[in-house]
Amino acid sequence: MSAPTDLTAAQAVDALGRGELSAGELFAAYRERAAADDLNAFAWVADETPARGAVEGPLRGVPIAVKDLFCTEGVPSQAGSRILEGYRPPYTATAVERLLGAGATLLAKTNQDEFAMGSSNENCAFGPVLNPWSRECVPGGSSGGSAAAVAAGLAPWAIGTDTGGSNRQPAALCGIVGLKPTYGAVSRYGMIAFASSLDQAGPLTRDVTDAALLLRHMVGRDPCDSTSLAFPEEIATPTAERLDGIRLGVPEELSGEAEGIEPGVQEAFERTLRTAEELGATVETTRLRHAEHGLSAYYVLAPAEASSNLARYDGVRYGLRAGKANDLVSLYTRTRHEGFGPEVKRRIMLGTFALSSGYYDAYYARAQKVRTKIAQDFATAFERFDFIVTPTAPTVAFGLGTKVADPLAMYLNDYCTVPMSLAGLPAISIPNGLAVPPQGGQVGLPTGFQIAGPAFSENAILDAAHALEGAIGFDAGGGRA
Amino acid sequence: MSYEPVIGLEIHVQLATRTKMFCGCALTFGEPPNTRTCPVCLGLPGALPVANAAAIHFGLMIGEALGCRLAPRSIFHRKNYFYPDLPKGYQISQYDEPLCLGGQLGDVRIHRVHLEEDAAKLVHASSSGRIHESRASVVDFNRGGTPLAEMVSEPDLRSAEQAREWLTLRCAVTPTSRCAARAPPSWAPRPS
Ligand SMILES: [Zn+2]
Repeated sequence: MSAPTDLTAAQAVDALGRGELSAGELFAAYRERAAADDLNAFAWVADETPARGAVEGPLRGVPIAVKDLFCTEGVPSQAGSRILEGYRPPYTATAVERLLGAGATLLAKTNQDEFAMGSSNENCAFGPVLNPWSRECVPGGSSGGSAAAVAAGLAPWAIGTDTGGSNRQPAALCGIVGLKPTYGAVSRYGMIAFASSLDQAGPLTRDVTDAALLLRHMVGRDPCDSTSLAFPEEIATPTAERLDGIRLGVPEELSGEAEGIEPGVQEAFERTLRTAEELGATVETTRLRHAEHGLSAYYVLAPAEASSNLARYDGVRYGLRAGKANDLVSLYTRTRHEGFGPEVKRRIMLGTFALSSGYYDAYYARAQKVRTKIAQDFATAFERFDFIVTPTAPTVAFGLGTKVADPLAMYLNDYCTVPMSLAGLPAISIPNGLAVPPQGGQVGLPTGFQIAGPAFSENAILDAAHALEGAIGFDAGGGRA
Repeated sequence: MSYEPVIGLEIHVQLATRTKMFCGCALTFGEPPNTRTCPVCLGLPGALPVANAAAIHFGLMIGEALGCRLAPRSIFHRKNYFYPDLPKGYQISQYDEPLCLGGQLGDVRIHRVHLEEDAAKLVHASSSGRIHESRASVVDFNRGGTPLAEMVSEPDLRSAEQAREWLTLRCAVTPTSRCAARAPPSWAPRPS
């Protein structure tokens, strides 16, 4: 038998069930790898013994890494921010609670962009996370620590959150699978909020089967989150190997070099479309006429929601409290000045402006209308197509520091993932090849293929992803080196 | 030349629900400070509000008693401002789509009735009890999140005397109105 850390999570569950492996042995193997992490993927790693979680249950003790912004009782939960310094929540997020209840054990908390604001994991109070495929490159963000940990085999699987692409884009850049479920499928209770109308938790895994298994134990109605819904069916284990009769729509607005997709990424995308056709799918181009405005709408709506969600960090009750404050206003301003990083401050200012009296209609209300238009575009497209497919990110992993000074270039990374977020739709990213960036490079870096479907079509998406995954045969070895 | 006072009232009616407006904490009085709290009413990171159905029901009963139009669709908004008695940095209140619109009580027209959560209680450590002279302030979150119905009258009152009389009348009239039998028993008016 191979080393226990070579197994996918689903394989590990089976091996544990057959008694070929003990949960303690598996946990120890991962704990050792996680403790030796040199990617800065982790904000916290568990002690020798599992901190929490029964080894009973369908997940049989398989360890899991959890993005820092999920509240975990008694365990540091800072959302990658200084302003929550020393904060240990008195309760655990529903999504994590469900996984622990199903038998997962908490291995580690993963680094992330501060409050999930970023696409490179460089906006992290604890330093940037490195991409295991090339340590000069970013892992993507904001769930970059979770993606890097899974790609490097430091954890069997992980959960992250996706607001505008934060699971899918780092999954693409790290050569793993990342899923954003339908808005409302997974409870947001206990997830430190960024943009409440978009935030959605989801799996980051080595393969599609693991993504399905993890999602199965995350979804469901939670009385503590009024936007959560009972998932209409059980998340099944995907088995499809063909795509016969499946109609794929390729939106002109979200693919092609003219839209800023790197040539290598576009090439991999087209190769996967041909693979899909060989598996029996039909591929047609289509239009999502308002999708090109998605990013503009997103960068009004998400900062607006964030500016309100982040108002609670005032130094009064928890986290950082600045010293030398001599009155209430200076306590607030000093704490927030010292506690928030530059990107978070930028978005609080943007959002506060967009919501301010006299500008609300011009910005926030208008962006909401764009959002509705985008959702209608998707609804129309799904009358003709089973799925909309695009490259996940326009580029492969880029160099550390190369986009820090240019927020707009950074924001463009989410160009292909933001429209689905605005429409609340489920979408997965699977690795579909390697490409060399246009500026050249020694090694090929992973590219991602995105499959989006109608609300609650997760089972169908996972099946299609499974069929493609088998045919693509992506070699993830480059991330494990 | 003499002036005529023009008075409208904004009345906070505390609803006698068992639990708070957006969490399951018990509504009780005289408990030790900060013993009726949870992640939601403390505004902890990650916590989310869930509206109290009983509070909405009571709000609708008040609206019915006052002859208001009950909104077929009503939404909560965030009122953002910074203050230590406001743990989230905003109060959840209603803005452009309140629960009840219009109405009448006696000869005073009612503009609207909406639901909101109360702030926590601040105690300032100074002889005057004012924040600006105090060296320290403490917060008791037991009250934070108490459900309130805010009733706003039209400016139909013309003297302080009349306003007081109307308020007294309100207390007398409301329990005898048509939904009185089902109305919360302990409405305590807190003119603001
Ligand atoms: Zn509470």
